[in-house]
Amino acid sequence: MDHSTAFAPKIKIHNLSFYYGSYQALKPMAFEIPENRVTAFIGPSGCGKSTLLRTFNRMYELYPNQRATGEIMMDGENILDPHQDLNMLRAKIGMVIQKPTPFPMSVFDNIVFGIKLYENLSRRELEERVEWALRKAALWDEVKAILNQSGTSLSGGQQQRLCIARAIAVKPEVLLLDEPASALDPISTARIEELIHELKEDYTIAIVTHNMQQAARVSDYTAYMYLGELIEFGRTDEIFIKPKRKETEDYITGRFG
Amino acid sequence: MNEHTLKQFDTDMEAIRSVVLNMGGLVEQQLLRAINLLKSGNDEAVQDVLADEERINSMEMEIDQLCTQIISKRQPAAIDLRMIMTFLKTANDLERIGDEAKKVASKGQEIHDSKRVTVAHLHELSWVSQMTRQMVQKALDALARLDVKAAAEVLGEDEKVDAEFVSIVRQMASYMMEDPRTISVCIEIVLIAKAIERIGDHAKNICEYVVHVVKGKDVRHASLAEIQREIGKG
Repeated sequence: MDHSTAFAPKIKIHNLSFYYGSYQALKPMAFEIPENRVTAFIGPSGCGKSTLLRTFNRMYELYPNQRATGEIMMDGENILDPHQDLNMLRAKIGMVIQKPTPFPMSVFDNIVFGIKLYENLSRRELEERVEWALRKAALWDEVKAILNQSGTSLSGGQQQRLCIARAIAVKPEVLLLDEPASALDPISTARIEELIHELKEDYTIAIVTHNMQQAARVSDYTAYMYLGELIEFGRTDEIFIKPKRKETEDYITGRFG
Repeated sequence: MNEHTLKQFDTDMEAIRSVVLNMGGLVEQQLLRAINLLKSGNDEAVQDVLADEERINSMEMEIDQLCTQIISKRQPAAIDLRMIMTFLKTANDLERIGDEAKKVASKGQEIHDSKRVTVAHLHELSWVSQMTRQMVQKALDALARLDVKAAAEVLGEDEKVDAEFVSIVRQMASYMMEDPRTISVCIEIVLIAKAIERIGDHAKNICEYVVHVVKGKDVRHASLAEIQREIGKG
């Protein structure tokens, strides 16, 4: 099946498989993630969508016995190539996970922390960058007066936007969002969704979500996964009106299992 | 189609479906009465048709309300959403069929009351009115069973009804030229024929929605050949 899109691909996945020890969690799959678009990954728990997301920045390498095979091409290079500089890779591909994880330090230092790993900026440049990232994450107005307070003192929704600000502060090209709004109230969720819509002008976004309506609202392309397989990949408008596969239709209409 | 994990969703959908099909049954009955009235000119039948009209209108509103509720509560997607859109639009077409049937009944009554008509004049309407009544019946069957083949048959029949309408207009024009005293009754007959032809169009609309539900393809402005190709696809 042809899983290319009408847009220039940012990431090309080819023959990708993933193993937890001897258990194959991702069956060979191929598709493209289009540049400056939002691609959503949906599917029941355990279908491999978070596993897939974690291959894009090789987060899985933090754990023993986990390995990926095949190709994830970005800018002509295979992300899975052992010679890849992981720090540079993760600067290019930022990630935000389900649970807000502010570092136990000030709001300002939370943002600066990542920047200092990759760049040598003056105090003034750092301040500018922090403001830029916080504005991008639609958090600046709420925290500009309390930049020296601990990041952990913010509300859940603010903490999550702080994490997004921290991820974009290093100016990545791709943003991976793993259930970024599932622990948030509806207003904070709406803010995050609005943010995703604004961020796609500059970034390529891949989002994993259990909330089907959220996938329908925020994404341009949707991938439905089940038991480690990519069942269907297509334009979100089509997937939610007339999916091609019956399995996809059953899942998104709540006829699953 | 499998059941929803959320059983109440199925119950809600079934409730709407049943109102739509009941409304369809009522409209069919109203149409039958209107057609019989064309033949007989029975006064009581007009009253029945008018009484049904109110029930049909309130059913349309009930369907609108049920669909609005299910959309706001359950955020339906894919086939559920297509089905709900079809319920809404079908209710609208059925209501229009009811309106046209009312026109047929009241105009038929006027013609009979005026005593100007010859049986030959109304006979012209007999075939086309039977044909459209069957179309409505088949369209509702196609909807009830989500049967695209049956839906396609109705779409083919609509072309015949349209052709018959043109032929009736031509026929009436020739009567009017032959004998100007028939002008008023011939105009009434043309208006009745137009109402019947419109009923055929509404039956056709319902069948197009059925194709959309099942195939996911909007065939409202496609040719019959294109629709048949679409239906032929797996």
